[in-house]
Amino acid sequence: MHINWFKYSSPQTFYPLAGKMIPWFAWLAVVFAIAGLYIGFAIAPTDFQQGEAYRIIFLHVPAAWMSMVIYIVMAGWAALGLVLNARLSAMMAQALAPTGAIFTFIALVTGSLWGKPMWGTWWVWDARLTSELILLFLYLGFIALQSSIDDARRADRAGALLALVGVVNVPIIYFSVKWWNTLHQGSTISMGAAPKMVTTMLTGMLLMALAFWMYTIAVALMRVRCIILERERSAEWVKQLSGADL
Amino acid sequence: MAVKARHKRFILIAVGLVLLGLAAMLILNAFKSNMVFFYTPTQVVNGEAPKGTGFRVGGLVLAGSLKRLDDGLTVRFEITDTAKTIPVIYKGILPDLFKEGKGVVAQGKVDADGLFAASEVLAKHDENYMPPEAAEALKRAKEQGSASLELSK
Repeated sequence: MHINWFKYSSPQTFYPLAGKMIPWFAWLAVVFAIAGLYIGFAIAPTDFQQGEAYRIIFLHVPAAWMSMVIYIVMAGWAALGLVLNARLSAMMAQALAPTGAIFTFIALVTGSLWGKPMWGTWWVWDARLTSELILLFLYLGFIALQSSIDDARRADRAGALLALVGVVNVPIIYFSVKWWNTLHQGSTISMGAAPKMVTTMLTGMLLMALAFWMYTIAVALMRVRCIILERERSAEWVKQLSGADL
Repeated sequence: MAVKARHKRFILIAVGLVLLGLAAMLILNAFKSNMVFFYTPTQVVNGEAPKGTGFRVGGLVLAGSLKRLDDGLTVRFEITDTAKTIPVIYKGILPDLFKEGKGVVAQGKVDADGLFAASEVLAKHDENYMPPEAAEALKRAKEQGSASLELSK
């Protein structure tokens, strides 16, 4: 079957499609989250050194993963918008930013709550924590920059540039625990190595990560629909949609 | 063949990203010595740690080195990286995960007696998560000589 992808790059055709997809992703998010939380908090065993307190990992690690993944996806959409001059791509980047910022914030807060009982401190300026904090500022900077420019197309271009420059920070976050000595421990899950965690714990964490993915997609689609309506408000189809003949 | 505008933009962005990545790598390389969170005992013994100012030492708490002084608050222990050890003195509350043989990061400076007087002691744990029974089994297997037993394989 041949799908004409460019057809869906038009806000007018994407708007109803996104609307149809939202409930699917939202429900998947709920199902994965229930399964993940159940396995994480009821089935996964107690940890040998951190006791029950380690269970915050089921929020902390998936949130931290999402904070990095969303940034890369956001920058990808921004770049696509810049290259193809496609409005919808820029709107997708704009729609992802708040969710990315929220996950970064969650990762920082849960990490802090976890750090106090385990390490003995809420915060240290080691490479991992500092680079993750910079990521939060990059998200906030992107949102602020975009909303400070009135002309939508110019706002897109400026935001895209900032998003692309910030991409260098993502590998720095990921490899910080490898490149420098940090208080934060190394990666439990890494490519090309067996996970340093028992299977039930791993399952819970991966289910939570899936739930966060689904949540992100659902929320980004909701937000992009709002952005489409706002930006295309003078288009004929939006006027017809709202029923108001202005 | 005329180059399309969007191809031009793509090349521009790609080249820009590569240059940016290179610049970031060079900057990080230049800052390398400032990016360390702690020094290992070997580095401290070799004089690589800053003198006069405070710094952090990280390693393992040497097994059998932890002693509590008579005042009940001050502790003495040694931080090791298995090559060199640094004697530490610290007055205060230790984190829950502080244990002999486990990771530790202490902040402070070397005092007149050659002791590392710590003002803050943090526990550094590893990236392994498993139930106590599995940890126990691993420990036993290690003691019996099969050192390289890995989890969930």
